[in-house]
Amino acid sequence: MKTHEVVIEPGRSEKNYWRDLWRNRELLYILSMRDISVRYKQTVLGTSWSLIRPLITMLIMFFVFSKVAKLKGDPGIPYPLMILAGLTIWTFFANAFTQISTSITANSNLVTKVYFPRLIMPLSSSIVSFIDFLVALGLFFVLTIWYQFWPDWHILFLPFFIILALLASFAFGLIFAVLNVRFRDIGQLIPFIVQIGFYACPIAYSSRLVEENAGEWWHPIYYINPMVGIIDGFKWSLLGENAFFNPKSVINSVVIIGLFLFISLAFFRKRENSFVDDI
Amino acid sequence: MAVITAEDISKRYIIDHKKGKGKSSIKDALSEQLRKVFNGKKGSNPEHEHIEHEDFWALKDVNFSVEQGDRIGIVGHNGAGKSTLLKVLSKITEPTTGRIHIKGRIASLLEVGTGFHPELTGRENIYLNGAILGMTREEVRRQFDAIVDFGGIEKFLDTPVKRYSSGMYVRLGFAIAAHLDPEILIIDEVLAVGDAEFQKKSLGKMRDVSTSGRTILFVSHNMTAVQALCNRTLFFERGRLIEQGETNQVVASYLSKISKTKLLREWSTPEEAPGNDLVRVKKIEIIPEYVDNQIFIDVRTPFRIRFEYWNMMDRANLNLSLHLYSMTGECIFNVGTLSQPFAKGLISGECLIPGHFLNDGTYNVSMMIVKDTVTVLYNMEEGVIFDVADYRDGVAWYGKWPGFVRPQLTFHTEMMEENILND
Repeated sequence: MKTHEVVIEPGRSEKNYWRDLWRNRELLYILSMRDISVRYKQTVLGTSWSLIRPLITMLIMFFVFSKVAKLKGDPGIPYPLMILAGLTIWTFFANAFTQISTSITANSNLVTKVYFPRLIMPLSSSIVSFIDFLVALGLFFVLTIWYQFWPDWHILFLPFFIILALLASFAFGLIFAVLNVRFRDIGQLIPFIVQIGFYACPIAYSSRLVEENAGEWWHPIYYINPMVGIIDGFKWSLLGENAFFNPKSVINSVVIIGLFLFISLAFFRKRENSFVDDI
Repeated sequence: MAVITAEDISKRYIIDHKKGKGKSSIKDALSEQLRKVFNGKKGSNPEHEHIEHEDFWALKDVNFSVEQGDRIGIVGHNGAGKSTLLKVLSKITEPTTGRIHIKGRIASLLEVGTGFHPELTGRENIYLNGAILGMTREEVRRQFDAIVDFGGIEKFLDTPVKRYSSGMYVRLGFAIAAHLDPEILIIDEVLAVGDAEFQKKSLGKMRDVSTSGRTILFVSHNMTAVQALCNRTLFFERGRLIEQGETNQVVASYLSKISKTKLLREWSTPEEAPGNDLVRVKKIEIIPEYVDNQIFIDVRTPFRIRFEYWNMMDRANLNLSLHLYSMTGECIFNVGTLSQPFAKGLISGECLIPGHFLNDGTYNVSMMIVKDTVTVLYNMEEGVIFDVADYRDGVAWYGKWPGFVRPQLTFHTEMMEENILND
């Protein structure tokens, strides 16, 4: 048997951290499976809930924004499909972000009793959200059949935007996960952030409408939001050239997400050894 | 070969003292910052608004080393730093200062059934808990039948654990942990769970583990178990390692230190003494006759209970009635003296409790002063409290010895007729 040596010292950033993380991939798998299999226990409709929720949300949004408010969509694209595309990627981000933010506190019984790289917890949260996302994406494709609307070559760019959304959820979620350990206020704050984000992002409307107000003072502010580029890009990949997409907004997203990802990973690594003292 | 070397380990917690709310929130942190900004000068702030930070050292300058195959007992009061040490060793929290070098795969068992999910079945929880404790799925699969068998839960494998009885839950948790196969095993008080039969089973399992040459660190308040399982013991008090060495010696000094014993209570003048206008208590005392130069009472130790009181009546027929109570309030026995005529003055009484009579535990003594064998003049409740520690010789079993008394009665077996069962 290979001897396994460990040195414990204050502030020692584990040299083998990433290797440890890889060794614990089974734990990651099992924790994710736990969350997935527990989700719909004792429900009658079971997994169909992950289809019902986006479908109903889409119908409500379609009714409010298209029928009541009579917002213009992108030309040649069925409004419900546009909403569902935006909703799918946004829900993925919002769920992953929320779950990552609360992943440490939700598993406090583990944090106080066993050691493993703490990054396992947010990672497993994101896997669970990703599975949900795949289901919702499946629903989208079913609806494209219904509307006889076929995606074209743009779909090759889809994985890029999915990965970007995942990274975004880590970039912002990890910081909140750490803060939430010390300040439970974060748990109260997150639903508001998600709600604000829902309206600040081009989900139920098209960025084309924003572009028509290019002179307004809030126009540049709109594009600071890194999710705008991701959502527009995602819609563009699924719905084609007619979906409004400003490639410059993606550059903005990549820069902001990269920066935040770096900061929050560093912050998480710095604080993770003392989670148990604050939790 | 030393498998664990700990040098100058300290762990500091910062305790916030403040009025009103207990938990810190962003508001507190922000308002504290704002206050610092606005009241730049020190001392310009009224004291009572300050959040005071106090350092609390859960561990202070702890040094020890553990050899391959050592079975280390860790003893101390609640809050002495034992659990903090285990958390530092198992990397759950990092020390404030110091350095620990560990050689070998370490598994820590700070709780039975860590991470069990109530909605999942017993089967699913075995895999979940195994993974959390650091087993691979392959290892769990190999040990699966042994775990189920040890836990005795075959019939309920596919029932969610939320429907388990608490006993089944604990048995399953221990069964998984017992089948871990690390080089160094850290265990915190897992013996304090389950019914008597399961405790016996788990202690037996731990002894098997300990004889297989593995290194064990074991925190417990069960001194009998520590003495039976561990060859060396560390004794912590208020975060400091105050004694380490051979188990029997360290346990003995731990027992004499934690003993809640109030062996003597005495009042010098009748004015301040408890009692009434008729009688007042002067003294109640336990006088042990220690064996083996010990300084604590164990089940072998004979002792006397001495009682002195002032009688303020001119002439009265008085007797004493002694009640011995267990910590849970049951009366173990009641003995009385003969009623005798006494004049005004100081009166004493003494009762001898033989060794090999009381079981281990905590006891208290009440003394009643009775007139004419019927009228209680004064009842001194919980006059003295004392501990009787466990002691066993030639017994390999170390669960709690049942019963209030542990008398050595004449009881023997003999062979009546040999070889009658042979064909």
